[in-house]
Amino acid sequence: MSMDFEPTSEMEAADIIRQAAGAGMALAITGGGTRSGFGNRVRGEQVLTARKLSGIVSYNPAEMTMSAKAGTPMVEIEAALAGNRQMLAFEPMDHRGVMATSGEPTIGGVFAANVSGPRRITAGAARDHLLGIRFVNGSGEAIKSGGRVMKNVTGLDLVKLFCGSHGTLGLLTEVTFKVLPLPPAAATIVAFGLDDAQAAAAMAHALSMPVEVSGAAHLTESVRYRFVGSSHPEGAATVLRVEGLPASVAVRAEKLKAAFAQVAPATVLDHEATEKLWRDIRDVKPYADGTQKPLWRVSVAPTAGHQLVAALRLQTGVDAFYDWQGGLVWLRMEADAEADVLRRFIKGLGGGHATLVRASDAVRAAIPAFEQEPASVMALSARIKEKFDPKGIFNPGKMG
Amino acid sequence: MPETIAFLEPKQSVLARRHQIVEDLADILPAGCLISEKRGLVPFETDAFIAYRQVPLAVALPETTAQVAAVLKYCSRYGIPVVPRGAGTSLSGGAIPQSDAVVIGLSKMSRILDIDFANRSATVQAGVTNINISEAVSADGFFYAPDPSSQLACTIGGNIGMNSGGAHCLKYGVTTNNLLGVKMVLFDGTVIELGGKALDAPGYDLLGLVCGSEGQLGIVTEATVRLLAKPEGTRPVLFGFMSSEEAGSCVAEIIGSGIIPVAIEFMDKPAIGICEAFAQAGYPMDVEALLIIEVEGSEAEMEAMLASIIEIARRHGVKTIRESQSATEAALIWKGRKSAFGATGRIADYICMDGTVPLSQLSYVLKKTAEIIDGYGLRVANVFHAGDGNMHPLILYNINDPEDAARAEAAGNDILRLCVDAGGCLTGEHGVGIEKRDLMLHQFTQIDLNQQMAARAAFDPQWIMNPSKVFPLEGRPVA
Repeated sequence: MSMDFEPTSEMEAADIIRQAAGAGMALAITGGGTRSGFGNRVRGEQVLTARKLSGIVSYNPAEMTMSAKAGTPMVEIEAALAGNRQMLAFEPMDHRGVMATSGEPTIGGVFAANVSGPRRITAGAARDHLLGIRFVNGSGEAIKSGGRVMKNVTGLDLVKLFCGSHGTLGLLTEVTFKVLPLPPAAATIVAFGLDDAQAAAAMAHALSMPVEVSGAAHLTESVRYRFVGSSHPEGAATVLRVEGLPASVAVRAEKLKAAFAQVAPATVLDHEATEKLWRDIRDVKPYADGTQKPLWRVSVAPTAGHQLVAALRLQTGVDAFYDWQGGLVWLRMEADAEADVLRRFIKGLGGGHATLVRASDAVRAAIPAFEQEPASVMALSARIKEKFDPKGIFNPGKMG
Repeated sequence: MPETIAFLEPKQSVLARRHQIVEDLADILPAGCLISEKRGLVPFETDAFIAYRQVPLAVALPETTAQVAAVLKYCSRYGIPVVPRGAGTSLSGGAIPQSDAVVIGLSKMSRILDIDFANRSATVQAGVTNINISEAVSADGFFYAPDPSSQLACTIGGNIGMNSGGAHCLKYGVTTNNLLGVKMVLFDGTVIELGGKALDAPGYDLLGLVCGSEGQLGIVTEATVRLLAKPEGTRPVLFGFMSSEEAGSCVAEIIGSGIIPVAIEFMDKPAIGICEAFAQAGYPMDVEALLIIEVEGSEAEMEAMLASIIEIARRHGVKTIRESQSATEAALIWKGRKSAFGATGRIADYICMDGTVPLSQLSYVLKKTAEIIDGYGLRVANVFHAGDGNMHPLILYNINDPEDAARAEAAGNDILRLCVDAGGCLTGEHGVGIEKRDLMLHQFTQIDLNQQMAARAAFDPQWIMNPSKVFPLEGRPVA
């Protein structure tokens, strides 16, 4: 592969893409490259990176919106937000740990992969915070969709379509997104010793209470000590986060603790411990283990998560923990990836999907990273792809 | 009646086959599910954008997804335009038919199919009304968050079509943020399912594309929506100001300070008068602008948040502060706000604008709106969602006076262009419909629109789904 294309302007990117389309040259679209583990191997002849389309374009804290070029490093975004006590409410995960990548994640990559974290259960995913985009399509045309206001239903919502399209529909050049105030206080209620099924019930109960839980995870016994120290009671740790004004947090934490105390020993973590804990959950710390053991990210109905894991445990060596009230399962297989078994069980439990986030090259070559959609939906997605990228030059093979 | 917004030319080939089409549809649908007599069709000739009317060729009222699929399969085979319809409450003409179209109304599909509290989701048929969902789960402590003012009548299918918002979306988001999945029928009768009870789905976010697509990508027949735990308590508080500018800058400071109430609603003096006369909600009549700010949570939480808000309001010269003292008073306060459009309709005809602007532009846009309205010699009442900059100037006019109607439409267009020029958009929650269709090139380039139309064509290559809407009639791809 020759030198990467590193356009410094949208116009330059459009020229490159137009020429590539004319020559039928496949492009591997990247940002910081820290999430390169996503998807299948790309049949790209040349890398086109958004890395040099960088910089915050506008940031108005009082309007709770920011626009930034797609290649802007996350550290730059986060520093600007922290300076105004604001945040990205969807808590995007940093994949460098589990994918063993280096470099700087970019804001464009966050949205292209629709990367969200624990607060997704209440605050929504990356796609819920993206207000507007600029991109270059496969014909080299610069296009905008959405805008910079909170509510906007003007025309088709191509913004959502781009979120999670992994660079297969176009090159994102600029993103405009919602930001929110940092909660002034936070606490985590921890219950110890619940099994997976009990934890699922406890989390469902917590989410039915008027206490605005903003994180609900179950850290199974095998991973629990990577998150919560041994000075606490033994066993798995079921954790619930509350955030907001100090007075609210104190009241809500007490209510949750009282509800938990009926079923298990419970304790409350302070603001600082809460921040660290949920960052570790967000980044899947126990499986940032430097191995190539197959790592799956499974999304199912919250009450199906523990049933899936229970069924898998009878079949194969698996380690797992849960976020999103049990609906997001992180699964590390001890040996084989077991894609067929896993995906069959998911179907049997009412649906959802499994994404292979990490595995050896050989395993990745044999297993589709993303769950296949039903034929009718796949046909529709293929038609969409063709309408944005008629020559099929963007990240060929990545999602298909 | 003004006819400045054009519909597509009716297909003569379809009109000529009307009798055959009606006969065929009668074979496809069960008895009582097809309307073809003129008298029966008239109620379907318009929606809440009453300035335009078109009597459809026929109205199909299917009872099942399979029947929707059969009708669509038939229509696509003969190139017959199809206009989906929920309750017909669209303010942008999204459900107005055309003379060569079959309307597919979802009113008979109004069953709640599944309520799953542990997974906090409900699956309902598309014809279920918005309020029905919240009512069905209320006793168990849950609610469905998006709450358009028309929620007593409007359907979840229509909400998905328009990606509807409401007063409380400042905190909880709009329809697309609360929608987990749909079952829908494509133009050729193919039934697909997108999403489900899991929080995200594999592949492209087609659900996100479908939500707000104004019936152009297919017909949603079932939806799975997210339920939320009801807050312990809610309390709307009235803040009266002596100028719109003060109210506007108060809103900006509340949001800028990091406080996000559940709702911040704005009314100007004419709107206050109209709503108070209708609802007797106790709105102060001696102020120029009113904010309804709602906080929620436990008693202590509401007190703490209100204290901060009141402190800010004082800095902006608030004249009256009135807290609701009971659930009845709170309900009256919201009744007044949510009946604003209906109450306005009792004193005059109106068209309702829906532009959204960045918060910093609120005061400027309000001032310019007043100038535009004065320039046309019209009257306006402003009532809108201030917390997210979603403005609703109601332009009052007389529908029976063609010149007045034309002036109102022109003023509305000027206001929407103003919103776009101030960094905003044409429509925040009502949709483009026919109303704003011809303004789309003010917000987008032709190339931007071409890409949207290409995405549309991936779903409906024949352009039979609600074809007169959203995209300007010029510049469309040649079939």
